[in-house]
Amino acid sequence: MAAQTLFDKIWAPHVVHEGSDGTTLLYIDRHLVHEVTSPQAFEGLKLAGRRPRRPGATLAVPDHNVPTTDRSLGIADPLSRLQIQTLEQHCADFGITMFSMHDVRQGIVHVIGPEQGLTLPGMTIVCGDSHTSTHGAFGALAFGIGTSEVEHVLATQCLIQKRPQTMEIQVDGHVSPHCSAKDLILAIIGTIGTAGGTGYVVEYTGEAVRSLSMEGRMTLCNMSIEGGARAGMIASDETTFSYIKDRPMAPPAHLWTQAVQHWKKLRTDPGAAYDRVVTLPGEDIAPQVTWGTNPGMVTGVDGVVPDPRSFSDVETREATARALAYMALTPGTPIVDIPIDRVFIGSCTNSRIEDLRLAASYFKGRTVASGVQAMIVPGSGLVKKQAEEEGLDTIFRAAGAEWRESGCSMCLAMNADVLQPGERCASTSNRNFEGRQGKGGRTHLVSPAMAAAAAVTGHFVDIRHWA
Amino acid sequence: MEPFTTHTGRVAPLDRVDVDTDQIIPKQYLKTIHRTGLKEGLFADWRRLPDGSPDPDFFMNQPRYANATILLTRDNFGCGSSREHAPWALLDYGIRVILAPSFAEIFYNNCFQNSILPIVLEARDIQRLFDHVCADDRFELTIDLAAQTITTPQKSAFRFSIDPFRKQCLLQGLDAIGLTLQREQAIADYEARRKQDTPWLFPDLCA
Repeated sequence: MAAQTLFDKIWAPHVVHEGSDGTTLLYIDRHLVHEVTSPQAFEGLKLAGRRPRRPGATLAVPDHNVPTTDRSLGIADPLSRLQIQTLEQHCADFGITMFSMHDVRQGIVHVIGPEQGLTLPGMTIVCGDSHTSTHGAFGALAFGIGTSEVEHVLATQCLIQKRPQTMEIQVDGHVSPHCSAKDLILAIIGTIGTAGGTGYVVEYTGEAVRSLSMEGRMTLCNMSIEGGARAGMIASDETTFSYIKDRPMAPPAHLWTQAVQHWKKLRTDPGAAYDRVVTLPGEDIAPQVTWGTNPGMVTGVDGVVPDPRSFSDVETREATARALAYMALTPGTPIVDIPIDRVFIGSCTNSRIEDLRLAASYFKGRTVASGVQAMIVPGSGLVKKQAEEEGLDTIFRAAGAEWRESGCSMCLAMNADVLQPGERCASTSNRNFEGRQGKGGRTHLVSPAMAAAAAVTGHFVDIRHWA
Repeated sequence: MEPFTTHTGRVAPLDRVDVDTDQIIPKQYLKTIHRTGLKEGLFADWRRLPDGSPDPDFFMNQPRYANATILLTRDNFGCGSSREHAPWALLDYGIRVILAPSFAEIFYNNCFQNSILPIVLEARDIQRLFDHVCADDRFELTIDLAAQTITTPQKSAFRFSIDPFRKQCLLQGLDAIGLTLQREQAIADYEARRKQDTPWLFPDLCA
């Protein structure tokens, strides 16, 4: 048999039917559901008189609209409340398991899947959410879908797909100890552009990737979509297996050895060809900060705000000028001279225990700068619990940062956590689009370490040279 | 789904690259549990000035584009969130065709689920169309999906490519779920086989 990529080895065994034109009916192993993109799908099922084919393959959780403050008070916004009640009702009607916002297992859908052992190597995983790419960190094929396709998966456990192309992104060598997976992925997006991955499934390889923890690998795969790729993946290895083992929904003991033996075969064969290969030297990557209104508008913390006139093509020049006007930034300003008002540490990109530990190490013994508001939102109730057991909440509170309940929160500001017009935020989330964190709000994407350092000093800092 | 065969309509220009779905429909409009009535949220932050008044420069506020049904735009349209509310909002406003040099993948796919035709053209052809729209207040195009052509009022025609399966689904207004359910036996056979080979993929989360 010809040498195969990891993608080939997952795609082929999930093909239920392939037409002569390549249109493929692909089987979906796991389906995750949240309250924002599912109501119309459930309603569609009901209108058509259809039932979910495998309710036991689906897990639902409210995450976008949930308050991160005292939940015993309920949800103040009637629309948010109705959307969550609607999810509860649909799940009850169709026999789908849901973690309610009062369940300690509740959290951001892309945090709780792996946490519960629902995300496994070799799986196909979908969710009505573009950051489903996160689950590719386990050597799974995981991608975001729209609401019509949510309904399709509920009804059939399948999707109609065309085989995508494959891209290898290889990061060689070691990154600086002050750089994290977040800096890696921002540097990758800065290199390939926000549409560089369109049409591809990305496999991340190389020493710098292989040495990441599972949390780091999730951060990396999470933002594949910001580079245009629907899915990003990393071959599973011992790091993966030890993360999964003994989690509540991981394979039970009598199937564990068989599963691991199977997973060990799910890696790209020597000599297998990708449609495109991109290579980056890990050593060259500095801590990253976005300056514009998409994640490709990014530079090292030692850089400056670019001059629109420095770009040769007219579209980039205009987009840059527009972004700088929105961000209220002047060309040539050193990144470290940009003052900030707010700090958000959270989101499906950076809200796991390792992210919080890293942030806490920068907050420890320091205080949030005067005039800055810092908010820390753990990715799940279980992450919150673990952080509290480790005393991280005490460090955050002592520094003057707010310690919140889990949810998507100010990554997209669908709940009450919102930037005010003109406020500038150092955020560990994934999108710096205009208005993403609140109308008129200005977002700079950074790692948890960079966000914590910015909270303490009131501006961006090159943490490589910071005591 | 409503079939899409041919369409003639006024063209509105949106001359920006990387238009993301957060701009097409901001998050405050995603709290709905319905698919209709979303035009209120379409480009909600771009169509208004900071003081809340209509931005006269935005196409939605210009009388010449009042009844536009075709959107002409630039690279990577629809990037970002997977929200199907974006095509729902465009459809609710009346948009049936979007022309761009490239689209983000999830958005592109979502359009087909809603009988909106996203057409990819070479950047130079998109530029020619922008020139036409700027020069002619009432510039219209006719799209013939079966023939895969776009015709200008001057009768010059562009050909476009489209996946044959997607084309058939649009032309006939096919229900994709219904199509898949025709293969129910194949799905059941597949599941039976996989349960044998990889039993750990079949835990019951309801149990």
